[in-house]
Amino acid sequence: MAARNRPVDVVIVGFGWTGAIMAIELAKAGISVLALERGADQDTVPDWAYPKVLDEVAQSARNGLLQNLSKTTVTLRHDKADLALPYRQIGSFKPGTGVGGAGIHWSGVHSRATPEELRLKSHVTQRYGAKFIPEGMQVQDWGVSYDELEPHFDRFEQVCGTSGKAGNLQGVKQAEGNPFEGPRSREYPLPPLKDPPTSVIFAKAARELGFHPFSLPASNASRPYRNPYGCDLGPCNFCGFCSDYGCINYSKASPQTTILPALKAMPNFSYRTHAHVLRINTSADGKTATGVTYVDAQGREVEQPASLVILAAFHLHNVRLMLSSKIGKPYDPETGEGVIGRNFCYQLISSVNTFFDSQTYINQFMGAGGVGQAIEDFNADNFDHGPLGFIGGGVMWGRQTGNGPVRGIPLPEGAPKWGSGWKQAVKDNYLHTGRIEAQMSNMAYRGAFLDLDPTYRDAYGEPLLRMTLDWQDNDLRMSEFFNEKLKATARTMGATSFSGRMLKRGDHWDTRAYQSTHINGGTSMGTDPRTSAVNKYLQSWDVPNLFVLGANVFAHGIGANPTGTVGALAYWAAANIRSTYLRDPGPMVRA
Amino acid sequence: MSRDTDRRAFLKASVLIPSAAALGSSAALGQPGPPADDAARSAPAPAFPADDHYQPAFFTPAEWAFVRAACARLIPTDANGPGALEAGVPQFIDRQMGTPYGDAANWYMSGPFHEGAAEFGYQSALTPKQQYRLGIRAIDAWCAKTLNKAFADLMAAQQDDVLKKAEVGQIHADDVSLKTFFTSFLLKNVMEGFFGDPMYGGNRDMAGWKLIGHPGSRGDFAEFVDRPQRYAYGPVDLYGRRG
Repeated sequence: MAARNRPVDVVIVGFGWTGAIMAIELAKAGISVLALERGADQDTVPDWAYPKVLDEVAQSARNGLLQNLSKTTVTLRHDKADLALPYRQIGSFKPGTGVGGAGIHWSGVHSRATPEELRLKSHVTQRYGAKFIPEGMQVQDWGVSYDELEPHFDRFEQVCGTSGKAGNLQGVKQAEGNPFEGPRSREYPLPPLKDPPTSVIFAKAARELGFHPFSLPASNASRPYRNPYGCDLGPCNFCGFCSDYGCINYSKASPQTTILPALKAMPNFSYRTHAHVLRINTSADGKTATGVTYVDAQGREVEQPASLVILAAFHLHNVRLMLSSKIGKPYDPETGEGVIGRNFCYQLISSVNTFFDSQTYINQFMGAGGVGQAIEDFNADNFDHGPLGFIGGGVMWGRQTGNGPVRGIPLPEGAPKWGSGWKQAVKDNYLHTGRIEAQMSNMAYRGAFLDLDPTYRDAYGEPLLRMTLDWQDNDLRMSEFFNEKLKATARTMGATSFSGRMLKRGDHWDTRAYQSTHINGGTSMGTDPRTSAVNKYLQSWDVPNLFVLGANVFAHGIGANPTGTVGALAYWAAANIRSTYLRDPGPMVRA
Repeated sequence: MSRDTDRRAFLKASVLIPSAAALGSSAALGQPGPPADDAARSAPAPAFPADDHYQPAFFTPAEWAFVRAACARLIPTDANGPGALEAGVPQFIDRQMGTPYGDAANWYMSGPFHEGAAEFGYQSALTPKQQYRLGIRAIDAWCAKTLNKAFADLMAAQQDDVLKKAEVGQIHADDVSLKTFFTSFLLKNVMEGFFGDPMYGGNRDMAGWKLIGHPGSRGDFAEFVDRPQRYAYGPVDLYGRRG
């Protein structure tokens, strides 16, 4: 018999970025808000204080801040005919855990989805014709427009103290910014970060090739900053420990640095750690959420009643909770019907290490997660896809994120992997190696989906989420297009040699090597309950007092990093819950 | 060979070799002799470098001999300075076996276990501790059968050959993939130990960081990040010691 807590107005599942955003915005409305976090409490001091957290063994080699896979993980396969195998060790993507979630160990690249991506199906159909969309590709409009989201993109950037340079202010193009971005209502809150050597060399080469480089927007503060909640950020000192690490410096935006100090001071807000939510409870007719059931630190099941339930965990947990709570119709890849698990997407990354002569110092140990120069000449529909015959695009960049030797020292092709030859090679190359990458959208396909694994279970006895995903011809042809750009850029940069992982036709999703944590889709937002799990306000079509946040609501993959869009969507949902739902609870869009 | 002898050999290796290289002249050592590079090249590898009286907690004496010998070949002491043995990497690996990592505490280790395509990663039920136990036993058994000696007793060139065979999957065992053991455990852990913070037992005197010019946990490059030149300062470790 589960213990039963006192009811609250709002229960939030997961206390990372989206949970913190929703918590503070709803708490400001004066209602009682409780956040449940499965992991531990953590904060800059003591957990990420200098020098303790600058420890590559603990954080990068042993994944100190990441989800403990022995408790719960996912299974993986390329095709629905295959047997799925468990994701036993951290590899391709890195779910976080604990208060702050993946908002602790992220890099800080803070971009927006483009206006065209948010209505991709309509846009492609208008520009290229409906036949341009290949059989089996399930692109669709998101139901929300860029103009609707703009104040919320802006809000999240103001909260994060994002460093950058506008390229389009209210429709007027700005020198040195990204000329391809959607119109912005105002400048970034902070100017761009200083450029490290990789970025300087990349930008020069990109200009020579006729591209339009700009400072990648970074939620690593370039100056001291006080955000709208009164939280203070300090300037980034390029320590080189961003991705995999908590920030020593209050420079990288995280729930802890930008929201929690204000949120924790609100008397109608509380949170519990070590509360692992098992399911969303619903009324007998299945049309109303009555709260959630979680397992507490001592292993006891506890029922938490609430009037409003917010799913704000990481992508894969949100989708699994929808499936295990039997809310919404599960997607069936045979018929194409059903919505929970539909349009599961990721991103593709081609990564090239550029090796320079002994007089060219790159100093890869310096850097910041978000710092770099990038181009979006080939993102979204910023270029003519007609003669190319694929849909989608991506961002190319010369970032210098900070890399230490435990994280791996890239070496030129053919260098020995051990012995005296290896030793000479790491000595010769470590200070003179940079990296450029293309990060590309992964479109939605009929055969890429999420469901519950029939065999493997987690430490709580629940079935694991099963991922079925592989690269498709459209995406790999896009990657081959980008590979040529990468090679031309590496040559123009003056690299003495370059090598790396460049995806081409015939390649499959490799779940071993880290690429990014940008998995998305599975509970898509949209305009049609037959093809989306939530409406444009992120409200469940089936259970109107349930809202679902996270990259799982993306209708399909995008080229840029997802966090800026994930945060904007959380602010958008919160604003509409406050302005509309709380006054008149019920479906906000009539299906 | 006593551990005191080991200690002396270690001191000799760690003081003389990097100094000669760093100072750029053997004259700086107060001795006449060949130019520094030649001196470094001709410096003999210490015969029995020390581990600071460290007694392994996990490895048996035979396993310990293997780990030490393998470390000495994977990152040898040479003209570029101390190798993995002198840097304490065997101690790093032994101590790691006593952490949650040794028991794969953060990996999903529930069955059923199936081999899959390589892209799906590690699919074995073996923990790191079991990998070392079975992996070392299998390599030593192969060496005994083929070369009539334990791995640790082979000549360096023979040891290199055995390691290369394990690396490419040319040595087979019934209960462990030696290719996986070599690549995903032995070599991976040696690199972690050589470049990880010295507090874990390896990277002694920050030898790994000095080799490549890594500043350890200095963690403040605000004044340097936009300067494409050699960073001016040596490494600092998590205890605040300077290398």
